[in-house]
Amino acid sequence: MSLEIDGIGIAFGGIKAVDDVSFTAKPGEVTSIIGPNGAGKTTLFNLVSGVYTASAGRVRIDGQDVTGLPAHALARRGMARTFQNLQVFPQMSALDNVMTGCHMQEKSNLLADLLGLGSARRETQKSRASAMAALARAGLAELAHRPASEMSYGQLKRLEIARALVTGCTILLLDEPAAGCNAVETREVDDLIHAIAAEGKTVVLIEHDMRMVMRISSHIVVLDQGRKIAEGGPEEIRQNPHVIAAYLGAHGAAEAEAAAHA
Amino acid sequence: MAGQGTTTDAAPADTGRHAYLKNGEARRPRIGPGLRTFLIFAVLVGLGALIFPSSYFYRVGTLVWINTLAVTGIVVLLGYVGLVSLGHAGFFAIGAYATAILPSYGIPSPLAMLAGVGMAGGLALIVGRPILKLSGYYLAIATLGLGMLIWMVLSKEAWLTGGPDGMVVSGMNARNLFKLVGLKLKSAEAWYWVAGFAAATGAAIAVNLARSPSGRALRAIHDSDVAARSLGVDVARAKSRAFVISAIYAAVAGALLALANGYITPETGGFMHSVEMVTMAVLGGATSVFGALVGALILTALPQVLTVFADYEHMVLGGIMVVTMIAMRRGLVPFIADLWNRRKS
Ligand SMILES: Nc1ncnc2c1ncn2[C@@H]1O[C@H](COP(=O)(O)OP(=O)(O)OP(=O)(O)O)[C@@H](O)[C@H]1O
Ligand SMILES: [Mg+2]
Repeated sequence: MSLEIDGIGIAFGGIKAVDDVSFTAKPGEVTSIIGPNGAGKTTLFNLVSGVYTASAGRVRIDGQDVTGLPAHALARRGMARTFQNLQVFPQMSALDNVMTGCHMQEKSNLLADLLGLGSARRETQKSRASAMAALARAGLAELAHRPASEMSYGQLKRLEIARALVTGCTILLLDEPAAGCNAVETREVDDLIHAIAAEGKTVVLIEHDMRMVMRISSHIVVLDQGRKIAEGGPEEIRQNPHVIAAYLGAHGAAEAEAAAHA
Repeated sequence: MAGQGTTTDAAPADTGRHAYLKNGEARRPRIGPGLRTFLIFAVLVGLGALIFPSSYFYRVGTLVWINTLAVTGIVVLLGYVGLVSLGHAGFFAIGAYATAILPSYGIPSPLAMLAGVGMAGGLALIVGRPILKLSGYYLAIATLGLGMLIWMVLSKEAWLTGGPDGMVVSGMNARNLFKLVGLKLKSAEAWYWVAGFAAATGAAIAVNLARSPSGRALRAIHDSDVAARSLGVDVARAKSRAFVISAIYAAVAGALLALANGYITPETGGFMHSVEMVTMAVLGGATSVFGALVGALILTALPQVLTVFADYEHMVLGGIMVVTMIAMRRGLVPFIADLWNRRKS
């Protein structure tokens, strides 16, 4: 499903953290949001996913207005996300973390859950199976029974991706999924995101790793001080002088260039 | 007070460490976790009956199980979801007073109990929605206010409740239940078995919940409600459910106390009783039903052994709370389980 952002904005104490940003993310593509620290990327995700309420603008999913819906209602419309500042469930095992992502698919009622009836146990079995599959996909199968509190930062990043995937989402927002990952892990995350988009999901990616961004994005939106300063394909963005000045700089441009020729 | 800080690193109930130490598939127990918990409790109830020398012990034992039941409700609310209530004695008292009052209007005890439990659950449902928008100590204060209101009604409406002096509870005696199957028990013994059965059932239900889809949603809220929402969990609804469930636990416990004791006072709904319930949960370990049992056992038995406890109840409760927070924030049961695991590995 396509995700349309139309003139969205929010201010904190008079400072416009996100100001009149519009773009459309299409199914089967990776749309990346880049920009310097504090540009408003995460705030944009918080607006889109219902954590914050936008003071201006609209969000549409496949043309349907979903502006102002609470986060759980957006999840039911097929939106899932990961968090820059990790929001895992540290008291749970990796498996339980991901199983929680199956919440919307679980059809047992409270009474069955309290009495431990067969229906509740069957739902749990189903969730366990799909959670195991998602963990395997994120390369975490061996860690399924590890408490989340004992996993590394890079592993937790991937745990959040697995948890988002099992929701059965059609729109996936990823906030710096490769942060804290080493080169090998980054490459795995890169492949995973690519595969997710190839399934036809709409992927929106925030990432500082320019190699990764240039390699997997179909479309790039550049934010600076809350405003969109550029938008286009990787080639266009790489050569855009505003983007180089505001964000990429000489180093970033070179890195992006290297990625293009890799 | 027992804020969010009392929460722990252990998974609730028996999803404890051993459950995920093994790599690969989780070990599949032959009997379900709920039934297993019930059986463990049943064995403990039986053990008590084996060693108790007199009716006095049975009466204290009954109190232990009734408190365990009430504290299990706190475990669901505080341990699973991370919500503090300082007003649960109010729900306890609603269960107790309905069971005490309604029979004099011709309603049989079992129905009176049911009505009390329904009233407590209904009230929790109605006040839960607005109150549960608050978190941390704002929620603690709001629930404290709720508890005080209930306590005031019980103290002031003397025509109905007997006022501060309390009232005699007449009605069902558990002995008759056992007579039906040909067992002749003393009243104190009969109530002990009934209370033990109730606590075991309550514990099994709480354990089932922890392991279920609804329970995972509750535990998710405990750890990160932003993440829970992003996964489609209706957090307001889930919190409200946990609040109602825990109110029902308290009300059932209250109803049992009224019948077993044959006498109740407004203090069952007082602030100190609310604090006592939370202290029991925190002391034993708020994430597990076994924590509820250990906390209830210690704080019910202790005042019987040490009479000074009764005189300095406030100080002792406060002291226990402070020491628990400093020395073992997660409570006794997880603390000991950790020591045990560390010794083994
Ligand atoms: N809840 C909030 N209250 C006040 N200010 C906020 C809030 N959330 C974000 N901001 C401000 O909005 C601006 C944008 O922050 P945001 O986290 O969206 O940046 P970002 O582009 O994600 O940066 P980074 O690359 O470092 O993650 C910052 O100045 C931040 O301080
Ligand atoms: Mg950010």
